[in-house]
Amino acid sequence: MSSERPDIDHSNFLKRLWRSFTIAPLVPEDDRERKRTVLNTLVLHLHPPTVPMATIRYTHTWGLGGMGLVLFLLLASTGLLLMFTYEPAPGQAYGSILKLKGHFLFGKFVRNIHHWSANAFIVVALLHMLRVFFTGGHREPRQFNWILGLCLLLFVLFSNFTGYLLPWDQMAYWAITIMTSMLAYIPLAGNWLQEILRGGGEIGPATLVNFYTLHTTLLPILFVIFMPWHFWRVRKAGGVVLPKAEGGAGEDNPERVHTIPYLVVKEFAVALTLIAAIFLLSIFVNAPLQEMANPGMSPNPAKAPWYFLGFQELLMHFHPLFAVFVIPVLTGILMILLPYFRYGSDGIGTWFISKRGRRMAVISAAAAMIFTPGAVILDEYLIDLQKWLPGLPPEISNGLVPFVMLLAVVTGYYFYLKRKYESTKAEITQAVFIFLLTSFIVLTIIGVWFRGEGMKLVWPGG
Amino acid sequence: MNKNNTSTTQTHTRRTFLTRFWLLLGLAALAELVWVAVSFVKPKKQKQTAATPSIITAGPVDSFDLGSVTAFPRGRFYLARLENGGFLALSRECTHLGCTVPWVEEENRFVCPCHASTFDIKGVVTNPPAPRPLDIFPVTIENDVVMVDVSEAVERKRFEVGQVVRGY
Ligand code: HEM
Ligand code: FES
Repeated sequence: MSSERPDIDHSNFLKRLWRSFTIAPLVPEDDRERKRTVLNTLVLHLHPPTVPMATIRYTHTWGLGGMGLVLFLLLASTGLLLMFTYEPAPGQAYGSILKLKGHFLFGKFVRNIHHWSANAFIVVALLHMLRVFFTGGHREPRQFNWILGLCLLLFVLFSNFTGYLLPWDQMAYWAITIMTSMLAYIPLAGNWLQEILRGGGEIGPATLVNFYTLHTTLLPILFVIFMPWHFWRVRKAGGVVLPKAEGGAGEDNPERVHTIPYLVVKEFAVALTLIAAIFLLSIFVNAPLQEMANPGMSPNPAKAPWYFLGFQELLMHFHPLFAVFVIPVLTGILMILLPYFRYGSDGIGTWFISKRGRRMAVISAAAAMIFTPGAVILDEYLIDLQKWLPGLPPEISNGLVPFVMLLAVVTGYYFYLKRKYESTKAEITQAVFIFLLTSFIVLTIIGVWFRGEGMKLVWPGG
Repeated sequence: MNKNNTSTTQTHTRRTFLTRFWLLLGLAALAELVWVAVSFVKPKKQKQTAATPSIITAGPVDSFDLGSVTAFPRGRFYLARLENGGFLALSRECTHLGCTVPWVEEENRFVCPCHASTFDIKGVVTNPPAPRPLDIFPVTIENDVVMVDVSEAVERKRFEVGQVVRGY
């Protein structure tokens, strides 16, 4: 016994294997070093060692950004499984989905998780964007991260779009038809883009391969590049946005807590709850699958998934040049410019900026809830610009004219607010943003519940 | 001092030149990459032997009632017979974004299920967003039999009487 050498590890092989795997090769000697080793984990590649206390309250970020990451991971893992069974050819795609649902262990479940995670991704990315905007997280010095976020939002939307084309059911086929036809209205590059994306003049096998490659390779790669970039910029800005002074502990002098365990525990709680919710949903609600694609007959009504119905509603009211090109491009430019207006720093980190900001927000939402349904109903039953302005090309009578009218309403609203409230630039921008946002939500609601056969206005269920 | 100055500006310009040169090369490489990528996704131009005529025999003139619309799924068109006896072969593709428009008998018009465009029996837009009338296919009538050439749809800006084909 006394011959046992202290410098030799006498534990069994499995233990030693496990230890070699989990413990750093140099076991630190003192407490200080040991703490450093613990901190030197993956977590701290992402987070700083300490974070301001105020930022880890749930109600500050609602954990939405982190949920985005969790959903991405869920999508990547279920997507990988789906790739083993899916066949990207018009003749086989639909059958391969049926086979997946019928013959594979948990096939339906995996497909459901993928479907519901994708839907949740849209909701989460949008809510996260709103959280950032309404707490002033887009303002200096975080402007560029807002732009990275917009790119991510675009990827989320485009991933969803390219994803629901793959089953080659009726919804897929007509969504591809409509989307690639929309491209033709883009000035100059439109026809070229359309031919590239379709892989020819008509929709066929080449089109499906294009969308499959975008969905399973290009877009995921973009996520993998942009997400860490996005997180890194959060860290570079010194963490998420904080009120300037909240009981003395504001952006300049925050009270800090250790990331491990305080932040990490909360992140795990959010992640596990979200995963549980998605799994539960996937057990009880199946992802939809319409009939097999039939190029001879569009479904009636032919509706996009819910998140595009606001856009589809827009298409019904404006000439496609405006609905497809002018309005989306202008919206995009505005969204990019949003953080670069000179706001100053008042109200940063505070929900809705200020009391007045909150009141203007509520009024703007209410105004949009009256204006938008009104405009839709008027356009449906009363306004017929094409007939009232005969001789004008439809780009003008059904495009430019209603667009200018819309612009006039928004500008008028802007000046009304400006006169009525002595508000700051941040408050007034927020109010106009809410007006447009609420309008879009209303359009989406109309599209989901108030459009029936032939896309006519109906009462839901009636 | 003076000499020193010129030498720094010289290395400076040389360095700037080299940097720009590399940048240019990099951009050229990138352009080539994009070019290759585009040529991969671009459809192989299989020159279709220019518009092979494919004629569909619709049937004898008298088998179509005045003011009726008959679907020909095989030819992807509707044969419309106007009240004056003339014929129009209308493409079933909506001119808005390409959905298939059904003929709704009770309303006497085509109603698009995608964004609610409507067209009358002549294919003329009665409700936007569709920007132009339904495309037409050339119709010929020989020995009282209506025939439609479906090789290529013809776009039109508006309805003109000349588009209607009459047997006699
Ligand atoms: C793939 C989707 C996205 C993921 C995974 C993601 C992830 C994150 C995470 C983890 C944070 C840290 C704070 C938090 O959790 O709220 C964050 C902050 C931020 N995000 Fe995102 N995000 C996404 C999309 C977006 C979008 C659509 C926007 C807006 C256009 C955006 C803009 C920002 C900005 C400006 C910050 C810094 C805000 C602050 O410091 O308070 N992100 N994001
Ligand atoms: S495709 Fe027919 S109205 Fe849009």
